[in-house]
Amino acid sequence: MVPVSWYLLLAALLFAIGTAGALTRRNGITIFLSIELMLNSVNLTLVAYSRLLDDHTGQLVVFFVLAVAAAEAAVGLALFIALYRHRRTIDLNRINLMRW
Amino acid sequence: MEMVIFFLFAALAVGSALVVVLHRNPVYSTLSLVLTLISLAVLFVLLGAPFIAALQVLIYTGAIVVLFLFVVMLLNIGREEASGERGLLQKVAAGVGALALLAFVALAYWGAYGTREVGPLTEDFVSLEVLATQLFSDYLLAFELVGLLLLVAVIAATVLAARLGNTPGGGESDPALPEAGEEGI
Repeated sequence: MVPVSWYLLLAALLFAIGTAGALTRRNGITIFLSIELMLNSVNLTLVAYSRLLDDHTGQLVVFFVLAVAAAEAAVGLALFIALYRHRRTIDLNRINLMRW
Repeated sequence: MEMVIFFLFAALAVGSALVVVLHRNPVYSTLSLVLTLISLAVLFVLLGAPFIAALQVLIYTGAIVVLFLFVVMLLNIGREEASGERGLLQKVAAGVGALALLAFVALAYWGAYGTREVGPLTEDFVSLEVLATQLFSDYLLAFELVGLLLLVAVIAATVLAARLGNTPGGGESDPALPEAGEEGI
């Protein structure tokens, strides 16, 4: 059997990779992909805890996270399309209209 | 055997996650995310959550990532150009921050659980019936609200992505952005 803490460590590693990506990339879509990666690492944590505690609640939360991620992707990508139509770029360094 | 599968797919997930974050071309990043998600689905099966694994493959890789790929190709996003010295500083800072986060969380996990193992999977835990009963009783309200949320998201996405007749840059001819000349906003 694989110890559950290994799954938790893997999830933490994926979360760290996603964080680094979201902080360093400038392409909006790639930042979005990094955020999806972070969401998924949290899903892995939830399923691992569900196994550890022998409780289904973690899996049900993952179900809701999936639904919210789908909604987030739909709205976020529509925002990027609208943004691209107006500015012809989704480089987030150049989208600084509201930056102080 | 389980150990071998775990290490194989954990390595695959980490490797493809690195490609997602590091590759300059967003198409490769997106396709690499598919690999990460499928590796995670395998790990979900190992953890006794086959239903979540199926959802992961169907919804995440089947719908969400394909939507990403569609938008990447629709917008025709090229490779990200290399960043200057400030970008390098930002990368180093983000890397150090992410490593610090990882070390902190890993120490907490290790201190709490170590190499503690769990018992074998039970019929009751893997059963979809038990999961569904709980979903449609304790979490019924949340389930309905998520349905509503998805409806709102669909409407919002349609409104945002639709071409509105009187906005600049919209319309049939779609001129190359009249206000693009406003430099230094």
